[in-house]
Amino acid sequence: MAHVPNPRPAGDFRTSYAADTALFRTRLEGRLTLLLVLAALSVPLWGSNYLLSQMILIGIYAIAALGLNVLTGMTGQISLGHGAFFGFGAFASAYFSSKGIPVLIAMPLAGLLTTAVGMIFGIPAARLKGLYLAIATLASQFILQDFFARAAWFTGGSYGSLAETASLFGLMINNDARYFYLVLFWVVVSFLMVSNLARTRDGRALVAVRDHYLSAEMMGINLTRYRIMSFGISSFFAGIAGALYGHYLGFVSAEGFTILLSIEFLAMIIIGGLGSVSGSLLGAAFILLLPQVMEVFAGTLAGIFPSIAQGSAYIKQMSVGAAIILFLVLEPEGLIHRWRLMRASWKLFPFSH
Amino acid sequence: MNIELFVQLLVNGVIVGMLYGVVAMCFVLIYKSTQVVNFAQGEFVVLGAWVCLSMVINMGLPFWAAFIFTLVFMMAFGVLVQVVLLRPLVGEPIISIIMATIGLSIFMQALMNWIWGNNAVRFPDVFASGSVSIGGLNVETAYLMSLVLSLIVMALFFWFFRFSRWGLAMRATAYNQQVAQSLGVSVGQVFAMAWAISAIVSGIAGVVIGLVSAVSNSLAIIGIKVFPAVIVGGLDSIVGAIVGGLTIGLLENMAEFADGQYLHWGNMYQVAPFYVLIVILMIRPYGLFGTPDIERV
Repeated sequence: MAHVPNPRPAGDFRTSYAADTALFRTRLEGRLTLLLVLAALSVPLWGSNYLLSQMILIGIYAIAALGLNVLTGMTGQISLGHGAFFGFGAFASAYFSSKGIPVLIAMPLAGLLTTAVGMIFGIPAARLKGLYLAIATLASQFILQDFFARAAWFTGGSYGSLAETASLFGLMINNDARYFYLVLFWVVVSFLMVSNLARTRDGRALVAVRDHYLSAEMMGINLTRYRIMSFGISSFFAGIAGALYGHYLGFVSAEGFTILLSIEFLAMIIIGGLGSVSGSLLGAAFILLLPQVMEVFAGTLAGIFPSIAQGSAYIKQMSVGAAIILFLVLEPEGLIHRWRLMRASWKLFPFSH
Repeated sequence: MNIELFVQLLVNGVIVGMLYGVVAMCFVLIYKSTQVVNFAQGEFVVLGAWVCLSMVINMGLPFWAAFIFTLVFMMAFGVLVQVVLLRPLVGEPIISIIMATIGLSIFMQALMNWIWGNNAVRFPDVFASGSVSIGGLNVETAYLMSLVLSLIVMALFFWFFRFSRWGLAMRATAYNQQVAQSLGVSVGQVFAMAWAISAIVSGIAGVVIGLVSAVSNSLAIIGIKVFPAVIVGGLDSIVGAIVGGLTIGLLENMAEFADGQYLHWGNMYQVAPFYVLIVILMIRPYGLFGTPDIERV
């Protein structure tokens, strides 16, 4: 990892282990985060429908990206099957709610079922790493996709299945404003869970497995257990995000959960910053907004060169590929790194070090 | 048991398997000499096919001229990708390299969709007669040509690595980069050449597949099918790539046969290789011919 100038704020001396592992480094940081959440709470009061729907989708993708970040960023395991787990969560939640289980309970249940599935597919991970693991997860993506098409009792086969509307004590969560609060709740819960995970023994064990798995094993960390656990945790968040996605659209069909979605999740965490909790949110926002920015851009260009008009769908896809490549070559540590640099230069101004 | 269908699928399996083998060889070549996993191999195949096709149809070149142009184009393209995209990433962790080639594959897919459209296009007839009869079995000339061409490519590969000076340099680099460098091998050139050869041979495979069926962007799936093939054979073995390709080609068609005749599960053709892939990874991750990865501290 490249050197990040990260000056400590005044008065932060860390005299105890508790202070060293605190969730927020300073009181200001905690308050700013709280302020951000409060600002988000007020969005349905003033935001347009478009803004609201985009924020809901960003929140959903951010939860899934966060899960992948636990697996790839924290534990160093590559998964090319995250999109399939996301889809499994969506189908599972739709299935549970169609059996009469209230949607708000079906969502965490779907998350748990996806955890179990993720751990089964994580078993090869106990022995594999790097490229071999990437290929094994690629296989799990195709096997799960085949399962979606095959298991009509579970997924509705090629017709897809309907996901019911959520309700809380008789209050139907049937418009974007209400759904926004539901997503926000899960975003806050997931981000708190993962931030806290990084502070526990298990979280440190995962990082140790990533940094040097042989040393980690010699220090008594059970590699098999932690690798499979990491798959489980990541699948849990993928499942929750998938469930939120399914009930938001009201309809789940297998076509949306292809390898392309898995790649987009990977792109989110690379662009946001591997292993960074807040980077997942930035990356999700980036990947979701990039095609829309490109569409406006292509629309403007089409005014000058009319031949571009029919290519706007392709320009959108190309921009995702180009973004991945450009970030890897020019900014491998992601957006969060850029943010840290900006913060540091602000604090250190007018000196550069 | 339907003997005729069985034999037909067996022949199909061998022909498709040989093509998988050729593409898997390209994949292994890049992996072995530059430690890069090329997720865009399928797009390379399709690009070669499209370039040759548009030379024939739009430019009106005769087939052999278009074919040679395609080879030159693919060579330039392979070197370009290596120099622009992968040289800056030397020494980066494997996830960066995997993601870079995945990004490349998304980019190329969209660009090719845009330029050449979503429809399948057939080559104009290149060979005079449609099919020949061998031992009572009707075989299309295009199939036969693809088989012969695959064998020629494999023989050329063998000759190149066994007897040519450049092949020796590439084997040395694959074995140990530092030692090769200290003996005067230019590792940068070897890397560029590995990509060039891989792109050329992928292009040949693309043209052959185009002749056998038709050219369309969905052919890029062969880049995914290569993974089971190289894992079965072993990631760093060129012989393994051929054996793995044949195995997967036969397996696919046998799965199709078993499925169509007895099981009726549907879609086994697509998924069977991936089940095999997982099983192989569980019991013998380095494949049939690969070198086991032993780590010492």
